[in-house]
Amino acid sequence: MSTTLDSKVPSGTLDKKWDKHRGESKLVAPNNRSKFDIIVVGSGLAGASAAATLGELGYNVKCFCFQDSPRRAHSIAAQGGINAAKNYHNDGDSVFRLFYDTIKGGDFRSREANVHRLAEISLNIIDQCVAQGVPFAREYGGLLANRSFGGVQVSRTFYARGQTGQQLLLGAYQALEQQIAARTVEMYPRTEMLDLVLVNGHAKGIVARNLVTGEITVHAADTVVLATGGYGNVFYLSTNAKGCNVTATWRAHKRGALFANPCFTQIHPTCIPVSGSYQAKLTLMSESLRNDGRVWVPNKKGDSRAPNQIPEKERDYYLERKYPSFGNLVPRDIASRNAKEVCDDGRGVGPGGLGVYLDFSDAIRRHGESTIRERYGNLFEMYLNITDENAYETPMRIYPAVHYTMGGLWVDYNLMSNVPGLHVLGEANFSDHGANRLGASALMQGLADGYFVIPSTIANYLASQLGKKVSPDRPEFKAAEQEVRDRIKRLLSAKGKKTVTTFHRELGLLVWDKCGMTRDAQGLNEALQKIPAMREEFWGNVNVLGDGEEFNQALEHAGRVADFLEFAELMCLDALERNESCGCHFRTEHQTKEGEALRNDNDYCYVSAWEYAGQEARPNLVKEPLAFENVKLTQRSYK
Amino acid sequence: MNFKLKVWRQKDGRSPGSFKDYEAKDIPSQASFLEMLDILNEVLSERGEDPIAFDSDCREGICGMCSLVINGVPHGPGKGTTCQVYMRRFKDGDTIWIEPFHAAAFLPVKDLVVDRGAFDRIIEAGGYIDVRTGSAPEANALPVPKHDADLAMEAAACIGCGACVAACPNSSAMLFVAAKVSHLGLLPQGQAERDSRALHMVRKMDELGFGNCRNHYECEAICPAEVSATFISRLNRDYIVASTKAAVSV
Repeated sequence: MSTTLDSKVPSGTLDKKWDKHRGESKLVAPNNRSKFDIIVVGSGLAGASAAATLGELGYNVKCFCFQDSPRRAHSIAAQGGINAAKNYHNDGDSVFRLFYDTIKGGDFRSREANVHRLAEISLNIIDQCVAQGVPFAREYGGLLANRSFGGVQVSRTFYARGQTGQQLLLGAYQALEQQIAARTVEMYPRTEMLDLVLVNGHAKGIVARNLVTGEITVHAADTVVLATGGYGNVFYLSTNAKGCNVTATWRAHKRGALFANPCFTQIHPTCIPVSGSYQAKLTLMSESLRNDGRVWVPNKKGDSRAPNQIPEKERDYYLERKYPSFGNLVPRDIASRNAKEVCDDGRGVGPGGLGVYLDFSDAIRRHGESTIRERYGNLFEMYLNITDENAYETPMRIYPAVHYTMGGLWVDYNLMSNVPGLHVLGEANFSDHGANRLGASALMQGLADGYFVIPSTIANYLASQLGKKVSPDRPEFKAAEQEVRDRIKRLLSAKGKKTVTTFHRELGLLVWDKCGMTRDAQGLNEALQKIPAMREEFWGNVNVLGDGEEFNQALEHAGRVADFLEFAELMCLDALERNESCGCHFRTEHQTKEGEALRNDNDYCYVSAWEYAGQEARPNLVKEPLAFENVKLTQRSYK
Repeated sequence: MNFKLKVWRQKDGRSPGSFKDYEAKDIPSQASFLEMLDILNEVLSERGEDPIAFDSDCREGICGMCSLVINGVPHGPGKGTTCQVYMRRFKDGDTIWIEPFHAAAFLPVKDLVVDRGAFDRIIEAGGYIDVRTGSAPEANALPVPKHDADLAMEAAACIGCGACVAACPNSSAMLFVAAKVSHLGLLPQGQAERDSRALHMVRKMDELGFGNCRNHYECEAICPAEVSATFISRLNRDYIVASTKAAVSV
C-alpha cells in the first residue's frame, strides 16, 4: 500500500488550531491572484459560496453545474435551518457545545479539529448571510429567532420559514451572480463534469459535457474544487433531487482520490412514505416538525382503525417512552431505526404498514392552529398536496428515507484530497459529520467550507503553483477526453432491452435492502455478489436511445447509473469491513441490550479511506486513525 | 387511469416543433404529473422512440426547474409547480395538452425544455447586496422589524421558475424583478443599493426582450410561490424614485 494520509491538523489547543493555521498558511498576493485559474464544480451552498468568494478575492473562477441555473442546486430544498453557536437564547450554548454535540451526534467518527473549526465559523456564517439579506425569522423586537432541532438541548437553529436552504442558496447564488457580472467567475450551466484530469499527479482540469449540444470540452486550471454533493441517489429513491449523482467524485476517485466512509449514509426519519413503484423520489418533511409533532404507532399489531379512533392509552409514543430526556428530538439515526423497528413489529400504519404517525394535535391544542401554521404552514400544504390528507386534522404519516451521505472524498484540514490540487467541499467530502449528521448542520458545513475555509486554505496549494500553468493541449487532456468519448459511445452502442431507470431501480432496491437502515455481513456479502453481475448486465443490455451530440437525458442518466453501479460495491464493501455499529451504520451483529449502536473503539476508531485499485480489483483500505484529545468517547445516550 | 396526451415535440432550438399524440396508460392516481411522463418515457424507450425531454430536479416544488404548460396553464391545475400536480386532479380518459413555457426571452432547447438564463442575467444586473465575505457586522447588530422581515420573506420565496412570464400576455418579468427588488429593498441591509438595483434590473429586463406590465395579474394568479402582485407596485415606486433621483442628480 503506497498511500499514507496526512490530515495536516495543526498542533496546539483545539480552540486555537484554526487561528494558528490561518496565521501560518501561505498567501497569494492580490496582484498574483488573477494569474490563477480555479475550477469549481457544483453550485450549491458550498460551490456557489466558494466560487463567489474566490472570485471576489481576485482569482479567475470557472463554475460548472448540470442544472439550467446555479440557483437550482439541491441545497435549495433544505427546509429546517442552520446551526450557529450564537447563544442568543442564553441557554448555555457555546462553540464548544456545538462542537461537542456534532462530534457526539456523529458517534465519534469525525475529526475533532475540523468539527471545532466548523463550530467556530458558524458564527461568521450567520453574520454573512444576514448582511446578504437572507430573511431569517425574527422576534417582535427585530432580533433573530431560533428554534431547537434534533439531537440537541439548546435553541441554536436559525431559519427562514421552512425554506432555509432556499434562502441561503439564493444568498450565495446572488453573490455568485454579482461575481459573474464582474467577470471574475465564468458560469457553465447545463454542463456536467465527466472526468478529472491529472498532470504529473496534480489535479489540473476537467472534461465536461455540454448537456444541450453534447459537446465535450476540456478545461485546464491551477486547481479543481469539487462541491458536487452526496451520493444518496445510489438508493434510487431518496430525498435528493433527480439529478444528484456520484459521477464527479467517483471519477476523481478513479483518478486516485481516496473515498472515505462511503457506508455512512443518513436515513432521515421524517419523509412521506413510499406509495408505489412508479415513484421517482421521496419527499422530506423537515425534522423541525419533531419539535411540535409527537411520533406514535398503535399498541396493537395490525390496528387498522383511523388514528382519531385510537384512544390515548392504546397508543405507543415510543420515542418519548424509550428516550425520556430527548423524546421526539432524538438524533435522526435513532428516530429512523425505531420507526423501522415498530414497523417490522407489525405496528406500522398506512398502506403496506410502512409508516408511523407524526401527530400535531397536542401542539395545536397548546399553541393554537395559527401558531402551528406560521411555523410549518408550507410543510403542511406540501403534505396535503402529495397525500391528499390534512395534517391539521389527522396525523401525518412518515417513514424514513435516504437523505444525506456523510461519506465522501477524503480531505485534509485544508479540504484538499490526497490528490494534490483537488479540493472537495460540502457533502462531497467526508470531513465533519462522522457516522451521523445532526439536523441543521449540512447548510452550516456547506457555507463554512465555501465562504470561510477554502478561501483561506486554497492558497496553501496555489502558492506552490505560481508559474506552473498547464495547457489544455497536453496529452493528459486529450487522453481523458478520449476516454469520456469512448464511454459515451459504449453506453449508446449497447442497444439492449432494459431502460436505465430499470437498472437504477434494481440497484436501489438491493442497496436499500442490504445496506440501508440496518446491515449484516450476510446481506452485504450477497449485495457484493450481485452488484458486479448487475453491472455486467448493464453494460451489455442497457437501452440508451439517441446520440451523444444532442440534448439526451437518458444518456446523462445512463452515465450516472453506470457510476452508481461501481460506487455501490465500494459502499457495501466499506459497510462489511466496518465490523461495528456507529451512528447510521447499524450492523445488527453489534448492538447494546437496548438495541442501540454498539461501537468498537478499540478496532474501528478510524476513517476508512479507500484507494481505487483498478476495474474489478479490490480497493485498498487506508486508515486515518482518529484521535480524541478533547472529548471522552462515550456510548451515545439520548435517554 | 388513462390519458390522451398532446405533447410539444421539438428536436432542438433551430428546428420547428409540433404537437404529437401519445397515450399514457395505467397511470396510478397518486402519481405526480412528471411521474406520469416518466412512465410514458419508459414505454417510449422500450418501443425505441425518443423519450420526451422535460426539465425537473428536486421534484418537491422548490428548485423551480420544472416548467410545463398543461392545458394552457403554466404549471397546470392548482397552486404549485408542475412537479406538485397529481394525476388525481384529472379525469380518467382526459385529453391533456403539454407545452413548454413560451416567451421571447426563454429560448427553446428541446421538446418541453427552455433556456431561462435571462433570469440569471437580471439578477447579475443588481439582484444582490454587495457584501464582501468576512466583512459582515454581528448579525443582531441591526434589528429588522418582524413585519418587514416577514414581508421580505414573502417576496424572497420566488423560485425563479418563470411561470409569471409564461402566464403574462406580454411575457413580462415584472413579478420576478419585483420580488427581488422588494425582498432586498425591504431590509435595512439592502438600502445602500436600493435605487441602482431597481434601475439596473428593470433596464436589463427590458433589454432581454421581456414585455411590459399591463396589470393583468396573471403572474400573481399562477405564481407557485404565491408572490403577490403588490410587490410590482413597490417596484414601480422604487423605480420612479430612483429614476427621478438619477435625473435630478445629472
